[in-house]
Amino acid sequence: MSGGPLTLHVPEPTPCAEAADFSRLHLSEAGQLRRPAVDVEAGEIRDLAYGLIRVLDGEGRAVGPWSGACTIDQLRAGLRAMLKTRAYDSRMTMLQRQRKTSFYMQCTGEEAISCGFQSALQAGDMNFPTYRQQGLLIAQDWPVVDMMCQVLSNEKDRMKGRQLPVFYSAREAGFFSISGNLATQYVQAVGWAMASAMRGDNRVAAAWIGEGATAENDFHAALVFASVYRPPVVLNVVNNQWAISTAQSVAGGESATFAARAHGYGIPALRVDGNDYLAVRAAACWAVERARRNLGPTLIEWVTYRAAPHSTSDDPSKYRAPEDGAAWPLGDPVERLKDHLIGLGAWSEARHVQLKAELDEEIGIAAKAAQGFGTLVEGSKCSPASMFDDVYKLMPPHLREQRQELGF
Amino acid sequence: MSSLTMIEAIRDAMDVMMARDDRVVTFGQDVGRFGGVFRCTDGLQRKYGPSRCFDTPISESGIVGIAVGMGAYGLRPIAEIQFADYMYPAYDQLVSEAARLRFRSAGEFSSPIVVRMPCGGGIFGAQTHSQSPEALFTHVAGLKTVIPSNPHDAKGLLIAAIEDDDPVMFLEPKRIYNGPFDGHHDRPVVPWSKHELSETPEGYYTVPIGKAAVRRQGTDVSILAYGTMVHVVEAARQSVGVDAEIIDLRSLVPLDLETIIQSVVKTGRCLIVHEATRTSGFGAELSALIQERCFYHLEAPVVRVTGWDTPYPHAQEWDYFPGPDRVGRALTRLMES
Repeated sequence: MSGGPLTLHVPEPTPCAEAADFSRLHLSEAGQLRRPAVDVEAGEIRDLAYGLIRVLDGEGRAVGPWSGACTIDQLRAGLRAMLKTRAYDSRMTMLQRQRKTSFYMQCTGEEAISCGFQSALQAGDMNFPTYRQQGLLIAQDWPVVDMMCQVLSNEKDRMKGRQLPVFYSAREAGFFSISGNLATQYVQAVGWAMASAMRGDNRVAAAWIGEGATAENDFHAALVFASVYRPPVVLNVVNNQWAISTAQSVAGGESATFAARAHGYGIPALRVDGNDYLAVRAAACWAVERARRNLGPTLIEWVTYRAAPHSTSDDPSKYRAPEDGAAWPLGDPVERLKDHLIGLGAWSEARHVQLKAELDEEIGIAAKAAQGFGTLVEGSKCSPASMFDDVYKLMPPHLREQRQELGF
Repeated sequence: MSSLTMIEAIRDAMDVMMARDDRVVTFGQDVGRFGGVFRCTDGLQRKYGPSRCFDTPISESGIVGIAVGMGAYGLRPIAEIQFADYMYPAYDQLVSEAARLRFRSAGEFSSPIVVRMPCGGGIFGAQTHSQSPEALFTHVAGLKTVIPSNPHDAKGLLIAAIEDDDPVMFLEPKRIYNGPFDGHHDRPVVPWSKHELSETPEGYYTVPIGKAAVRRQGTDVSILAYGTMVHVVEAARQSVGVDAEIIDLRSLVPLDLETIIQSVVKTGRCLIVHEATRTSGFGAELSALIQERCFYHLEAPVVRVTGWDTPYPHAQEWDYFPGPDRVGRALTRLMES
């Protein structure tokens, strides 16, 4: 019996270039999904990888079993961190447009994830971030001048001008050096967490990846090792719908949710509204507590939307519908937290405007200070001789010779 | 001192370091309970427990990836890749991560890992159990590449590698695990106990990474070799009867260029021998360096004897292997030119 010639299934990109369409997003109502005990077995919460954990409802009220995780002060601090991240991104993008540096990547629309997640960690824990988690640093008040000097590759850049802008490293802040090769650090985070357990320590690792990079081998290697050794690691997948121009469906998002990938490995998984600061904090605390209590890894898919271009080298109008961002059903994380705080009587439009102005000014002053140490194109940079440092701990003879050949 | 095989020497190095430093851990496929398919980790799990020596899933990028993470945490991981031929899935972790972590973080993080891997042919392993990928490591800034040729060096170099703060690729020529094979595959296996370099000090000692060993002083020609080929070139030298100086490189990066230059300037002739494929092999780098540094002292062009630029065959293994006959013929030609 013949079924005719075979045909290849090439997924219809969703979202797509022609029309905004988020009908296949698998949304749940705020408060709808249960909050299991942290020692739950993976198999008992399989449904949580297909629903969406949400706390804030359409009216900005916190509802359901995942609410009540934060105090008013913590929420205001979260709002401030997100606004500061946004002000930072905006200023750095401007500096790139002014050609003070080569490149920049914003995290607009995704601020709640890194800012909220960081609040669940302790000193000594380690993030293995990708290039869109600047909020992890800003939420812990890491000096923005230090970050800006890295972006500008100037004389105060602790990375000595070696790394592409935004590829920070801040050991003290529990922020591992960013690679740029996708997914490689996911498995390293698992190894770091294994080391913590092997040493009888109590430190937790957080792995970060985008939904597009879950196709990489190292994502799967990380899940295998995490499932076998059950180390204290939180496996974060930030699903912002877009891998440059490639829609999440082409990364496999049409077949199953990214959270559901954990099921094959027996790892508990949550799927969370990444634009809901309260949901982010609640889920992050749940997963970090599991890790800290030696209950093993958790995978969390954070559902969000990359509101800005992939980078300053990207033009999304070439591949996504003009109304795509407006049609995004989960709103903006800053606006949603603001509305919630106003609803509680703990915030106001006027205070919001004032805070934004203060943060813009703070970032502006910092940017001036950072530029005072030079930019990629002006002022002093680290000496070219320094490129021969740190290749090895001690410089071998052949590098010494090559440095001399360069004239140093 | 006691006479050890390469396998015993490698195991002893790990044993010594695991006893001295509780940050030293080792893992890989079949490494834990079984003790490794070549027995290099035999007994270590029983002695140090399963969190110091353990089995891993079969995922080379996972094995090296967790090693990088553990190294960043502060451990001293020794990862075993069961055969060098299986290293390729881990190549991204080695090239883009282990090799560059110190550089890209300006010293905030580093990768003090050792990746052990059996390499080379001569065991009828065909194209998936015979390769010598050292040039793929020497081409990468930030990696060190070490290949011992005898038990004494294997133990001392492995201890040095474990103590090294940079990532070290530790290649173990598997044909000489149990005896100093000189390429005469049709003759009985000679055990290590008959070889003076199987005499290995008890306990801790190091052989420094970056220092070559002159295995034989000579005046007619300098032969550069490493691993199994050190024994092959000695057999060839004996059969041809030339007064060759034999240099065992031991470490390819960093390279002991000083010892090489000194020898070639003295002899005026140079033969380079390796088992890996020729094009862009490490012999090409050696040849270029000698041309740059010793040109006016050369009496003849530098000659390379290597594996052919083909995959390693099974039934034709001994036609591929650069054995004593080929090396001897090249030596004769080089002395006549």
